[in-house]
Amino acid sequence: MRQARPQTSSAAAVKTGLPPRLVMLFAFAALILLMALRPAFAEVKVEEVVSPGGIKAWLVRDETVPVTAIEFSFKGGGAGHDKPGKEGTARLTAGTIDEGAGPYDSKAFQGMLSDKSITVSFSAGTDTFSGSFYTLNRYRDEAVNLLSLALTEPRFDDEPVERVRSQILIGLKQSQTDPDTIASKAMAETIFKDHPYGRPDEGTLTSVPKITVADMKSYMAEALTLDKLKIGVVGAITPKELGPMLDKIFGKLPKTGAPDKIPAFTNKTPGGTAVIDMDVPQSTILFAQPGLSIDDPRYYTGMVMNYVLGGGSFSSVLTDEIRVKRGLAYSVYSYLQPMDHAALLRGGAGTQNARVGETIDLVKVFSDFKKNGLNADMVADAKTYITGSFPLRFTNSSRIASQLESMQYYGFSIDYFETRNSLIEAVTLDDVNALAKDLLDPDALTFVVVGKPKDVEATLPTPGG
Amino acid sequence: MRLPFRTNLSIAFAATALLWGMTLGSAQAEIYGAKQTTLDNGMQVVVVENHRAPVVTHMVWYRVGAMDEPAGKSGIAHFLEHLMFKGTDTVGPGEFSATVARNGGQDNAFTSQDYTAYFQSVASDRLEMVMKLESDRMAHLKIAEDQFIPEKQVVLEERSMRTDNDPGSILQEQASSAFYRNHPYAIPVIGWRHEIEGLQLQDAVNFYKTFYTPNNAILVVSGDVEAEKVFDLARKYYGTIPARTLPDRPDLREPPLLVSSRVTYRDDRVRQPSLSIRKQAPSWTQADNKADSYALEVLSQILGGNSTSRLYRSLVIDQGIAVSTGSWYDGDGRGPGMMGLYVSPAQGVSLDKAEAALRAEVAVLLKDGVTQDEVTRAITRIQDSAATARDSLSGPAMNIGRALAVGFNLDDVETWPDKIGQVTVDQVNTVAQRVLAAPGEVVNILLPKSDTEATQ
Repeated sequence: MRQARPQTSSAAAVKTGLPPRLVMLFAFAALILLMALRPAFAEVKVEEVVSPGGIKAWLVRDETVPVTAIEFSFKGGGAGHDKPGKEGTARLTAGTIDEGAGPYDSKAFQGMLSDKSITVSFSAGTDTFSGSFYTLNRYRDEAVNLLSLALTEPRFDDEPVERVRSQILIGLKQSQTDPDTIASKAMAETIFKDHPYGRPDEGTLTSVPKITVADMKSYMAEALTLDKLKIGVVGAITPKELGPMLDKIFGKLPKTGAPDKIPAFTNKTPGGTAVIDMDVPQSTILFAQPGLSIDDPRYYTGMVMNYVLGGGSFSSVLTDEIRVKRGLAYSVYSYLQPMDHAALLRGGAGTQNARVGETIDLVKVFSDFKKNGLNADMVADAKTYITGSFPLRFTNSSRIASQLESMQYYGFSIDYFETRNSLIEAVTLDDVNALAKDLLDPDALTFVVVGKPKDVEATLPTPGG
Repeated sequence: MRLPFRTNLSIAFAATALLWGMTLGSAQAEIYGAKQTTLDNGMQVVVVENHRAPVVTHMVWYRVGAMDEPAGKSGIAHFLEHLMFKGTDTVGPGEFSATVARNGGQDNAFTSQDYTAYFQSVASDRLEMVMKLESDRMAHLKIAEDQFIPEKQVVLEERSMRTDNDPGSILQEQASSAFYRNHPYAIPVIGWRHEIEGLQLQDAVNFYKTFYTPNNAILVVSGDVEAEKVFDLARKYYGTIPARTLPDRPDLREPPLLVSSRVTYRDDRVRQPSLSIRKQAPSWTQADNKADSYALEVLSQILGGNSTSRLYRSLVIDQGIAVSTGSWYDGDGRGPGMMGLYVSPAQGVSLDKAEAALRAEVAVLLKDGVTQDEVTRAITRIQDSAATARDSLSGPAMNIGRALAVGFNLDDVETWPDKIGQVTVDQVNTVAQRVLAAPGEVVNILLPKSDTEATQ
């Protein structure tokens, strides 16, 4: 949903091999990062709830199932706060605050979550620190208490801190040979260089061992603060019940901390191709060029344009040219990635080594649309898909809560679900073509290839080399 | 704490529980309140009403998967699934998905050893449209050679991505034939590369004509619909497709696994060694006594279902020997079942030591048995998750379709949590002895090329 959270590490699993029957092969690769926000329909009523203590949340009441789901984030409270040499602090914090808090050690805390099927979990990206909460209402009091303790009284006992640290380190080691993770990190380095977006959120083999409990505590004090908090709530809960609950969970957090430290990134992507040599049958190809920030008035036009180019899983220019006509890849895609301080149009494909050059050339055809514009029918189809599929985003509690959180994150108004489709419908072919002309940038189009590609000339330095 | 690799494992190994337990359990008599009928041509139809949002998921499941492939044609079930998007007598190549997308819908399909399913999620007023399209390709598939050839390349790239680029998948694929000596589960769903390369268009057509018939299919619709109206539409679109006689399919069973074997794969892409042990276990379908299957589900939860289970607490938290460990029960296929255990050692610990610790923990369970408290907590956890089974649009259609495709009936699905609730300590201990104390096993071992890399 939010693409702003820069790539999480896709460290390859400790794969001992799944039972073959559990393997389900899909016709099309799932595209999780398809669109920034698809709106709901007018029937979803969003209420603003302000707690007695002044904490604000957006609520959608839904009695379908007796649960309460909360999604929340601290905007500007992510790995951007990691101190130099201590990269991975936010991540390690996210991994340890649910491993014991208040009177409960790790076993007791996790045991209660497990016995009551409660979800309390945290994650950290560069821009933001996020939390997820999901519980049956009959366990809600206990669940609320656990979430509150994790946020305000984490124990950071030795055993869980060292255990989680070693798990992160092993994940980092494994990801050193995972082509997708390598490509993703290399792309970040190639584009952002010394900017915080070029740093690894999950840390490095040298930084993670150096993070102390004091580092995590000071990170929390400056990053997990009420001034950064955005909360979405969905479930069988009344505003009257929610108010005191918000105070109970978040009320003890500091009002303010350190501001977001990430500077705006205004440079263009460098353009060209970087190659990282790896002995695998299939090369991973990633590409990127400048994109659109979420508050750019052309953002909705950008969504339509991206859908046509490579956002639609089944029918996009890239899918047609690279997969359907030539069979060059199983998965090929593009997406807009609006971060808080930078914006990219990105994409990727996986192709046999011998045909990487051909695939790259086909991606470069993107640039033709700069001159020639897009097909009117495809633009019309993109609009009906983007508007017509909106109710599909409103089918489970956590997902709706996540959208409520994102709306606040991006500063949208509370009636956004009702107005959203009209913004898409207002996009014209001329708008899309004007954007293509202005935004698509062949000189800035940057490729990273991991594999043993034939006939591909590296024009950019090998990242991390 | 959720690490990518731990999460992946728990997703993977919880899959069995997920199918039946975590999303199906319930303290109520019925989880979904699903309604069903059977068309005159033998096609089963099930509807789960859920009026939360004006959307619907429409799924057609065929009781055919990779396990039904003719010898030498591995991958054809999955390849055909791709080709199902390549047009019919009246719908052009790619037009199926394009039409669904143009109407604001999302569609996809998947193939496993046991079944093949096609689904669309779409506004509920477009249900008839997707039903028309899906029923059309049940009977009128037409694939041109110029569609077939590039799609074979797509499937080969999919194989590279999923298997050849990933050492863990290579090991799994290579080791399957050590575990399954008689059942086609030994052959990968995606197919062997040399056999995919040799597949012909006619192979896909033959497979389609043999197995894609309404009497081998289940329609599951969940969402903002009324059951009677769905039944009417189903009669209109699917009911007119004639049934065809299906070939006899043997109920292949595995002979007892009497030997113990170790399958080792070394790859210089491996940075973290790991090991898994597979034991024969009755599947629900093949169990003489279904209660054994429910007891195995509970056993797997207690032994290694999550980070509060015995294995994780002992090996990862208390002893610090492993970075991850757990167990899974795979008992929900049409064929034989399996119980598995896995471990990956902590930094500086040898794989041998981690394996010994894993076996020691199993030995404790076999010696002392599980406790009433453990069984009660596992049952509660499974049943509690059921109360949230309806907090999803496509989840109910997925779970019901999958269950019916492997041989459950609707009542088995709706009352599954009650059956889990009847599991006793004695039953768990009895199946534990039978499955875990058996000497036969296959051990999959994943190692770096050189031993020094593992301990760095």
